[in-house]
Amino acid sequence: MSNKKYWQSFGELNQSDAYKQSTENEFNEDLLPVEELSKEGLFDGSTPRRDFLKYLGFSTAAAAIAASCEMPVRRAVPYLQRPDNVIPGVANYYASTYVNGGDAISVVVKQRDGRPIKIEGNDLSSLTKGGTSAQAQASVLDLYDITRLRHPLQKEGKDFKEVTSFESFDAIIASAMAGIGSKPVVLLTSTIHSPSTLQIINNFLAKYPGSRHVQYDAVSYSGMLLANEACYGKRSLPDYHFEKAQTIVSLGADFLGTWISPVQFSKQYAENRKVKGDKPSISRHFHFESMLSLTGSNADDRYTHKPSETGAIALALLAKLGGAVSAPSIADAKVKEGIDKAAAELMKTKGASLVVCGSNDSNIQVVVNAINEMIGANGTTINWSATNNTRKGSDTDMVKLEADMAAGNVGALLVYDCNPVYSYADGKKLAASIAKVPVSISFNGTMDETTEQCKYVLPSHHWLESWGDAEPVSGQFSMIQPLINPLFKTRAFQTSLMKWTSGGNNTAAAAVDTTAKFVAPVIVANGNDYETYLKNYWTAKLGSSDMWDKALQDGVVEAVPTMAAGTFNGAKLAEAASKIAATKSGNIEVVLYQKVSVGNGSQANNPWLQELPDPVSKVTWDNYAMVSPEMAKTLLGIDVVNNQREADAYEVTPEKPTVKVTVNGKSVELPVLILPGLNNATIAVALGYGRASADENNSLDRVGRAATGAGKNAYPLVGFDGATFIYNAVAAAEKTGNVYPLAQTQVHGSSEGRPVIYETSLTNFKKNPEAMLKETHEELSSLLADGKTDFVKEGTIYPNYEKPGIKWGMSIDLNTCTGCSACVVACTAENNVSVVGKIQVQRAHEMHWLRIDRYFTGDAKNPDVVFQPMMCQHCDNAPCENVCPVAATNHSSEGLNQMTYNRCIGTRYCANNCPYKVRRFNWLDFTGADSFKDNQEPLRGKDLDEVVFQMNDDLTRMVLNPDVTVRSRGVIEKCSFCVQRLQESKLEAKKNQDPSMVRNVKTACMQACPTNAISFGNVNDKESEVAKARADKNRNFYVLEQLHVLPNVSYLAKVRNTDRNIGAEEEKHEEAHA
Amino acid sequence: MLIYCQYRALLLLPKKDFLHTRPDNCMSRYRTIITKALASLIFILSLSLNNQLFAADGEALFKANCANCHKPDADYTGPALKGWSTREPSKEWVYKWINNPAQMIASDAYAKQLADKWKPTVMTAFANLKKEEIDAILKYVDDYAPPAAATPAAGGEGAPEQDNSLLLGILTLILAVVGLILVQVNSNLRKLSDEKEGILRGEPVPFYRNKTYLMAGILVLFAIGGYYTINGAIGLGRMKDYQPVQPIYYSHKVHAGVNQISCLYCHGSAQDSKHAGIPSVNVCMNCHMAVKEYKGDPIVREDGSQVNGTDEIQKLYKYAGWNPATKSYNPDENHDGAPDGSQPISWVKIHNLPDHVYFNHSQHIKVGKQQCQTCHGNIQEMGEVAQFSDLSMGWCVNCHRESKVDFYNKETGEGNKYYSIYEKFHNDIKNHKMDSVTVENIGGTECQKCHY
Repeated sequence: MSNKKYWQSFGELNQSDAYKQSTENEFNEDLLPVEELSKEGLFDGSTPRRDFLKYLGFSTAAAAIAASCEMPVRRAVPYLQRPDNVIPGVANYYASTYVNGGDAISVVVKQRDGRPIKIEGNDLSSLTKGGTSAQAQASVLDLYDITRLRHPLQKEGKDFKEVTSFESFDAIIASAMAGIGSKPVVLLTSTIHSPSTLQIINNFLAKYPGSRHVQYDAVSYSGMLLANEACYGKRSLPDYHFEKAQTIVSLGADFLGTWISPVQFSKQYAENRKVKGDKPSISRHFHFESMLSLTGSNADDRYTHKPSETGAIALALLAKLGGAVSAPSIADAKVKEGIDKAAAELMKTKGASLVVCGSNDSNIQVVVNAINEMIGANGTTINWSATNNTRKGSDTDMVKLEADMAAGNVGALLVYDCNPVYSYADGKKLAASIAKVPVSISFNGTMDETTEQCKYVLPSHHWLESWGDAEPVSGQFSMIQPLINPLFKTRAFQTSLMKWTSGGNNTAAAAVDTTAKFVAPVIVANGNDYETYLKNYWTAKLGSSDMWDKALQDGVVEAVPTMAAGTFNGAKLAEAASKIAATKSGNIEVVLYQKVSVGNGSQANNPWLQELPDPVSKVTWDNYAMVSPEMAKTLLGIDVVNNQREADAYEVTPEKPTVKVTVNGKSVELPVLILPGLNNATIAVALGYGRASADENNSLDRVGRAATGAGKNAYPLVGFDGATFIYNAVAAAEKTGNVYPLAQTQVHGSSEGRPVIYETSLTNFKKNPEAMLKETHEELSSLLADGKTDFVKEGTIYPNYEKPGIKWGMSIDLNTCTGCSACVVACTAENNVSVVGKIQVQRAHEMHWLRIDRYFTGDAKNPDVVFQPMMCQHCDNAPCENVCPVAATNHSSEGLNQMTYNRCIGTRYCANNCPYKVRRFNWLDFTGADSFKDNQEPLRGKDLDEVVFQMNDDLTRMVLNPDVTVRSRGVIEKCSFCVQRLQESKLEAKKNQDPSMVRNVKTACMQACPTNAISFGNVNDKESEVAKARADKNRNFYVLEQLHVLPNVSYLAKVRNTDRNIGAEEEKHEEAHA
Repeated sequence: MLIYCQYRALLLLPKKDFLHTRPDNCMSRYRTIITKALASLIFILSLSLNNQLFAADGEALFKANCANCHKPDADYTGPALKGWSTREPSKEWVYKWINNPAQMIASDAYAKQLADKWKPTVMTAFANLKKEEIDAILKYVDDYAPPAAATPAAGGEGAPEQDNSLLLGILTLILAVVGLILVQVNSNLRKLSDEKEGILRGEPVPFYRNKTYLMAGILVLFAIGGYYTINGAIGLGRMKDYQPVQPIYYSHKVHAGVNQISCLYCHGSAQDSKHAGIPSVNVCMNCHMAVKEYKGDPIVREDGSQVNGTDEIQKLYKYAGWNPATKSYNPDENHDGAPDGSQPISWVKIHNLPDHVYFNHSQHIKVGKQQCQTCHGNIQEMGEVAQFSDLSMGWCVNCHRESKVDFYNKETGEGNKYYSIYEKFHNDIKNHKMDSVTVENIGGTECQKCHY
């Protein structure tokens, strides 16, 4: 296996000196804070001996004082009246729904002693089938966000003052609303698909004639909505079915990461990506895009083009398929070839093909609709009998609203669950316009950019405190029930609307027709507050309160899905084609995208999401200008591919040169991240960063310590073409000469060129399934002495320890792992993993127990990408265990590599000896767990970011899992296979005297996975999922198996459905040519 | 005279040798003394350790092998074992009997007589037990004191032990003094004989300046100091016998002892949760709505003062927001969902485990079928609760080593079916490689059983 095959950085690709040196330097020792103690270094200073004695004296005295203190008196306060359903120490699980600006994922929330602490997927949902996303996993932390508003507010000068009761707030609003005269009231919200809320909104609007409801999505899908209106007569998104597609072509749609409903699509997509049997069939995925997205990284064949060429490619594809359009010329031969191949495949699997496009240009979407007609997608992979309701925002409505407000034509503005001052293309102008509205009310939970422009603030609950319902796909309802009493003095947005609608009695006169699929179409509901209203609404709808209870228990109410085609109207096609032909292009173009972590920025103050490395770029805490090596050459004069020294100079330090990106006279200065696989004319910039209060001094308190300073706001670069917002543009870029540090985790856990990944193409796999792992298996047998056959037992001088009862094991399918990183956040939440902040990530001190390694392979300009989740492998012959001088890490009889924090003295020998580099050291007191509280304070700002203090706030700490120890400074930690869950499942099995019950246990990462890539269980049990997964002998491999460390985590090799030679075959191919 | 002697010595001995011999002599003398001291120390240590080992072994072995059918001091399925030596013909007889009772019954008259007496049960053969192990069991049985006196004996058992060590200490001290005197006498005698033979020696150094003694003294102090420091450090944070004053004098003796209320009535979550749970006030009120005054035997605190039980019940009413006069709860006028004036009771927590320890009550109660008293002592006899066990890791681990799990017997279908997955242990039991499965065998002493 050559060293070049899989690489994470350009240094590794070139095997540069700095790269080699950095791999030898396990802990980045030169970056240790100890250096900062004195300029001369610890022992060369003028009075090191005295200092030493001082420190010694102080620590002895401190230890003595701490130790001699009396034991504190602890209190145990039981309930006054214990609720029947609460047993202290036992977690309850309730079904609910994660909702955030149109996104809706059915979840089950773990509530421990009255506090929600963990989000899990809801298996009963036919949409998400138990899958979750990183954002849903992280949203439990938002509940305990210290920036949440604690009571209603009223603007007074520049500041806000508290309104002491809801009654007085209602009175203030009533008198204010009376003064707006005949001017309309506008309700500005994110996309709302809650049927009961829509009904309440309608009731409210009916009271104010001329008023309207404007739905606004931070990242708009207006283009698709318009195109669908033109083609199918419905202004909505259809329900996609990737599981029915054998051929998928995506034109820049990141459907596994951020596009419409990624969890649902990931689940569907993975169904056809699982390799079953020796002669498997998997779907084929072509991807055309400008940047390197998560979904693109998973494609079988990927082609890059300028952002402005998307339309042309769509047209070319349509023409190739036989559509009545003239094909534009495509300059790039590779892309042309790709279009031909994609067209051929799409036709081959006609009726089981799907083309999706991420563009917000309605003309391109019209062409895509025409393509889907040609390939028989309508009615097979695209369902028009149900619609996807998660995005309904209209760009023209929003632009008109802004103009109306500026002109003083709006009497009152009610903002709920959206932050347009931040995410609108011209946020400053919008802020000024809002100031002109006589009555502006915000229902947002935090003092965000929009809320601080409003005159009245009535914070609504977090979804974990709310009642509600959601209908992400029509007919598929998901319930929201509160997991905790509201932490602060907040009131449901719906309740406020109801109070303001009439005397408090809301009867649904004009029911919204969201109920076509149900028996009772007219819902009569009333009540003084939303909770009662919702209960009445659903009891009426479902027929009985028992059914309502069941709906709450299950979390979902689902109609039997039907499949139908829409009636296609291609009249607009010619016009669309001509408009596409007129698209302007440039030498440098910008494309704006969302990351799977921070998304559109609504959760930007979530430290878990900020610290989550982007799956592709592996950068945390920032956005950046992502460019190809070619573009870097012209833009910065750095050649990272061919020039070792320049690659090193660029890669080794976190400081990256910055460029000023200018679009339509608006500029943003961003650090440059060079990544292969991007189009050479493209700069990709993530949205969702650069949150800031209008007054900078307020940012820390208002938008939060995690969001402040993280990246730059790229929304100003969004353009408007008269109909929709456009997320790509011709741009100018120039080098500034400045540098800006990026905290990138990419090379922190280098495999140093050892073979860790196996992959092959479907054709080769079918031809000879054993070939992929043949070499490895031969190598293993060559390591054995003559006559020996059992590598596990006979390949070592150590004794073979039996695992008499349970032997835990995990299997990860690289074919279905998309890299979405939901598992990483789930792990963080489950195991109280510390957030370390940007400064510490720069020093390679991140604490994630589970990381997703991203490897490039093949063509350096357009490489294939492989994601490999990497965590403690729980080796049965673990190299870490025998170097620990205090036996703080040792092996259990169930195959767990156990880490005992209280025994650890922090020698880090184990981390040094771990070939997988999965052990994490607590360099600093990240949790406030030290005996001395003020130990953190001197490091504030220098070594510890503000966010660490945010995480240690008493409110934030409520999210901690009480079954997992919070680690202190100076100890090693690592993946424990969620041992707390294993022990719990064993206990349940013992209590019920049923050993098969341990099959139910799921680790946090496995539970979160939207593609079921991870299976876990008792390997000794042949019926367990993991045993079944490992039965696939032709794909099952262990990373670095030849070291005889005997890992308990196995992987299933990747099989790509492509004509290219990849993996081992690629090498043979190359050798044959050489 | 002295100076002269020294001169002579100088003259007599070659210079080189003189310089070398003296330090060498010194060294070797120190060495012998140190070696001797060390040897005797190790000897004493090993003796005491051995004793402990045997005693502990005997108990464990008895519990593991014999306790199913025998009690030390009472007839059970089999005869009481105490007093075996007065009944059984010889120790050899006992060895044979335990190893193969069937053969003994066939060949030995006394054995036959025994078997007839205890028919139809026949003693199981324990071929695996070695003679030393049987000795240990017999010793344990002989030394056995009935546990009825265990609670006072917790102190009582400690007391004779302390007496013993005091005795040993005094003995050691006497021996040390005798040794010291002997050494002095020896040196004086040698000095005399040296003088007689005309060998000159330096003026003897007084013992308080003698480096040998000083060194030995320092070593002894160091050892004693170290012993206490380490023990003290280990004991930091341990709160055995912690008995804080509680907001209400709640007597377990009255409730669980005299009135025989089941522990699980109030601590019900002990079988479902990691926490045994302190009952909420409404649980107390279930009974105390009716039980308004205390009429039992006087309750006396440790310091001898009396507790007025009725007053304590009144305290409870205050917490519960209960009006005993009207026999009803106070109205809830502030709409907080609880009677006005009520508040939860802020008990002082007695059993405090460190944060890095995971302990689950239900595991021990429901799966392990342990009695509350195993860890909490005779709680039914306590007034205000005191911590009975030291809750140290050694204490936990010891129990995990000795306790047997309710292992599943495939033939009879008895035991917890969960353990049917331990194929190896089944075979080992079948083949008599092991006779029972302890918590330790199934991973009960591994770190991540309790620490994660």
